[in-house]
Amino acid sequence: MPSNSIQVQKYKNRNITKWLIIFGLLLLLFLSLILSMSLGAADMTFVEVMKAFFHRDNSTNSLILYQLRLPRIVVAVVVGASLSVAGCVLQSVLRNPLASASTLGISQGASFGAALGIILTEISLGNAVKSASNGVNPYLITFYSFLGSIASSVIILLLSRFKKLKPSSMILVGVALSSLFSGGLSLAQYFASETAMASIVFWTLGDLGSVGWSEIAIISIVFLVIFVFFMLHSWKYNAMESGLETAKSLGVKVEALTIVSMVLASLLAGASVAFVGIINFIGLVAPHIARKIIGNNHVFLLPASAIIGGIILVLADLVGRMVISPVILPIGAITSFLGAPLFLYFIFREKVQ
Amino acid sequence: MLEVKNLNFGYSKSNIIEDISFSVHKGDCVAILGNNGVGKSTLVKCINRIYNVKEGEILLNNQNINNLSRNDIAKQIAYVAQFGEHNSSTVFDTVMLGRMPYIKFAPSENDYKIVEDVLKQLGIEHLAMRNINEMSGGQVQKVMLARALAQQPKILILDEPTNSLDMKSQHMLLKLVQDIVKEQNICAIQVLHDINLAIRYCNKFIFLKNKKIFTETDREGITGDIIKSVFDIDVVIEEVAGQKTVVFLGQNEEIK
Repeated sequence: MPSNSIQVQKYKNRNITKWLIIFGLLLLLFLSLILSMSLGAADMTFVEVMKAFFHRDNSTNSLILYQLRLPRIVVAVVVGASLSVAGCVLQSVLRNPLASASTLGISQGASFGAALGIILTEISLGNAVKSASNGVNPYLITFYSFLGSIASSVIILLLSRFKKLKPSSMILVGVALSSLFSGGLSLAQYFASETAMASIVFWTLGDLGSVGWSEIAIISIVFLVIFVFFMLHSWKYNAMESGLETAKSLGVKVEALTIVSMVLASLLAGASVAFVGIINFIGLVAPHIARKIIGNNHVFLLPASAIIGGIILVLADLVGRMVISPVILPIGAITSFLGAPLFLYFIFREKVQ
Repeated sequence: MLEVKNLNFGYSKSNIIEDISFSVHKGDCVAILGNNGVGKSTLVKCINRIYNVKEGEILLNNQNINNLSRNDIAKQIAYVAQFGEHNSSTVFDTVMLGRMPYIKFAPSENDYKIVEDVLKQLGIEHLAMRNINEMSGGQVQKVMLARALAQQPKILILDEPTNSLDMKSQHMLLKLVQDIVKEQNICAIQVLHDINLAIRYCNKFIFLKNKKIFTETDREGITGDIIKSVFDIDVVIEEVAGQKTVVFLGQNEEIK
């Protein structure tokens, strides 16, 4: 007995519109993928890209596409989506518009963990680590960087529980944690062998270039599983944004959901950092753009954030490759240029209010 | 329906409320009154386990609420918080939050219908697609009430619902609550500061003083003496236009 009265119908139509917007964003992502595949040190036309994509052989185009461009583009999408979704959920459970893995120090914790992991492996194995990501066991590095990100989360959780931090103070905690872990990272570099140091430096800059298909598989699986979990709880995140007491009165197990969400967001950020290093501000910027476009209902906000994060990182990477081609600028620097002004804008607006 | 027995609650050593016992039945519109900081909000937050009670019992239809899941409690007790911290979604989305305890993943047709009915009932149907951030205090409070009603509760808890509302909105809101309690045969527990509003729209009054229940009474039982000792002020009670009305005279120097 559908009760399609005017308001319900309007509401449903609006939701359909939102799904269409998400579909539109997917198209945009697809376009930016094609653009990113064809542009680079060696330009290819759209037809050449398609040809190389569908007929994988030993031609130069095919090699460039499958061995150089495709892995970095795919990883850009997955990492962009991971960091955005993590940021979106952190903003919701901490009810803090400035929250994201990099502003809270979670990413920095992860990179320190990864560096520590490399050095410990080096010591225990007694052999130098060959390169950034394919030298040591990627699972092990992920594990260590996850430990690092969890350490940050635990500190934030404890502080926000016992001190009732204001949003801006919470960011100060992030600053403190960032410098703590950056200090740790510098110390780790100081004590590391030269080869290990080379691979540690990489974490501080962010680099999409050294990721292989097996690492992409790990990040993708981590992302998909956690994304599904977040989507299943999207109404609960909506409730959390009405205040914790209201959320409780609506039947949400607030404490448990907060802890689980923060751990999963840290895992997402940790997995991303483990393979591509710290990429700033994506987790902050993408969810905010998504909120502007699609509203605050997490049923739509989460997928929209993921897609927008993917688009931004693919395009940022493209910019990084094109500006002074063939030199590739570190992706972390590009996103910081994009994100820092927006971050300042949010702080400015908060002060004004 | 609701029975509170020997409730103590506080942090670490000191109690915020002590030895609270009362019961609420269908059709009751309860006002909780008392000075600032006496524990009114704390008390109502214990009732739906926003705060976990360790000492004393709260029985909901003879079941201890500590043995019920949050979801089960949410199906029976709805709560509107004091400061009106709210999300920035549309009215429809916000009222749909009231269906949370019933929604598995996506809202069903029944959920849509209930939200629609509640919006109609409160006369805010035309605002359904508006964003709450663009609305007046009175409208926001109605939306919060609508969200609470969408839970189809047996008990409605409102913590200072008339805060920051103009006079007309205050009366409209409390009248609305009074009518809903009658029509749906549920009960309401409201923390109120304005005693005359309370007298007009409630039928049971719990006065708190020094962490404890000072007295529990019906409308007839409210006397100047009770108000003097609970609020530290001098008053007389007059009949004005057929309404029992508390008139403020001044500070009660004797008690001070």
